[in-house]
Amino acid sequence: MTLISFMDENKAVILKALAQHVYLVFFSVLLGIIISIPAGIFLSRHKRIASVVLAAVGIVQTIPGLVMLGIALIVLGTGTKTAMAVLAIYSVLPILRNTYTGITEIDSGIKEAGQGIGMTKGQMLFSVELPLATPSIVGGIRISTVYIVSWATLAGLIGAGGLGDLIWTGLATYNTKYILAGALPSAVLAFVFSGIIGLFERLLTPRGLKGGKA
Amino acid sequence: MINRLLEPDSGEISIDGVNIRSKNPVELRRSIGYVIQQIGLFPNMTVEQNIAVVPKLLKMPKEKWRQIVLELLELVGMPYEEYADKYPSELSGGQQQRIGVLRALAASPPIVLMDEPFGALDPITRDSLQEEVRKLQKRLKKTIVFVTHDMEEALRLADIIVFMNEGEIVQMASPEEMLHNPASDMIRDFMGRHTGRNNGQPMLFAEDLMRTNVLKVPYSLNTLESIDRMSRREVNSVIVLDEDDTFMGTVTLDTVRERGKAGRKIGELAGDNVPLIDRRMPAQEAFDLLIGSRADYLVVLNEDRTVAGIVTKTSMAKAMGDALWKAVLS
Repeated sequence: MTLISFMDENKAVILKALAQHVYLVFFSVLLGIIISIPAGIFLSRHKRIASVVLAAVGIVQTIPGLVMLGIALIVLGTGTKTAMAVLAIYSVLPILRNTYTGITEIDSGIKEAGQGIGMTKGQMLFSVELPLATPSIVGGIRISTVYIVSWATLAGLIGAGGLGDLIWTGLATYNTKYILAGALPSAVLAFVFSGIIGLFERLLTPRGLKGGKA
Repeated sequence: MINRLLEPDSGEISIDGVNIRSKNPVELRRSIGYVIQQIGLFPNMTVEQNIAVVPKLLKMPKEKWRQIVLELLELVGMPYEEYADKYPSELSGGQQQRIGVLRALAASPPIVLMDEPFGALDPITRDSLQEEVRKLQKRLKKTIVFVTHDMEEALRLADIIVFMNEGEIVQMASPEEMLHNPASDMIRDFMGRHTGRNNGQPMLFAEDLMRTNVLKVPYSLNTLESIDRMSRREVNSVIVLDEDDTFMGTVTLDTVRERGKAGRKIGELAGDNVPLIDRRMPAQEAFDLLIGSRADYLVVLNEDRTVAGIVTKTSMAKAMGDALWKAVLS
């Protein structure tokens, strides 16, 4: 039996796993965004603690996902919510770092001008800093998403479902077809997400930053 | 400090008798124009949006700020239709700083701060922007507080120069007064050798101050062609030469506009309202003459009455600067 016909036969299972996977990735990253963009903005206003926080988050990032899942399993129990919490933590760093650098690397002259002509902090943030940091922030989201698509396969281990289920089943039974039936859609998914976010990135980048049309 | 981006360590700053510390910094800043060396246009906004930033912060209605943008762009010769929707990245450095100046003027603040606004621009662009600022100032009657390290720029633009060193005011005077009666040796050095005492340094003469690249036209050239040459060189007056290449007179663009007729010779309009000096006139005399006469320039003649060059405030300041640097380096 070829891989294609295997996948065809198990279409329902694979599609269901794929849907679960998308769901898992989407909400994990969303959660990550909700945490890290405000945190990044906060850090850009408090540069002294920023290096400490970024280093700490970087360390958390190096903890193997398996360990983190294990700990979360003990604390939170099995299920989708646990997996999402863990994945959200992993999605934080790239978005946080890119939000922070996106804002802090804005030319000092632009910031001085904004302040000097009488913008309030809120006006600076929403009409200058965030628009200018958008490409960087969206770039961070893109990195996180691609990353989380692959990490989410681990979630199968704690019963959160998704394409990981197929891969782990395959590994347990030495069945390459199962492994591939999980791995291939996962890879495709990473591509597709990356493409879609790239599109958003282009749409959201202020026209004046694209340059080169003079 | 005037717009409270920095707070003074001691003392107080008052505008129209009101201590600025008693004002809300954000409101204070909106009432003061601000131009900085790094230009600092918002790259995510169009030219129009950049200029309209402060009026918008002040909640001005759209028709009103649009009108302001329109007029201001007109004032610096950047037509609205062509430039309003461009982004800063699509403009040259000089154009960007023009917009920077307009942004500062848009809400019509009585005071405008300019912090070395032209320091990062090339000399030619800087010249034309200085000219524009002077015109804008004449027209809009703003108080401009202009920080510069460029003595030439100060002499050219200022009504009053405040000479500062290490946070202290050394002298506050008109450019003429400062040149004639510098309050300290340092100012004298800065001003070069046009300040009376010579200390045995080599004398400078009119010929050292002049520039030789001058627009000259023959007596018989017709009026239209003369105007054309003036506008190509971006000057507003021209020197007219007689048949034997000697000096005949000068013609300004205004004169041509008032009395010129197409097809007539430019020589018919030549007037003599510009002081004529000899190459060997001592520099200080030439300086006094230029400042005192209110003429835009002096015409320097050779012995045979051909034109050697002209002395403008710019060429003079440049020569002064060169001499100063030579003196400093030697």
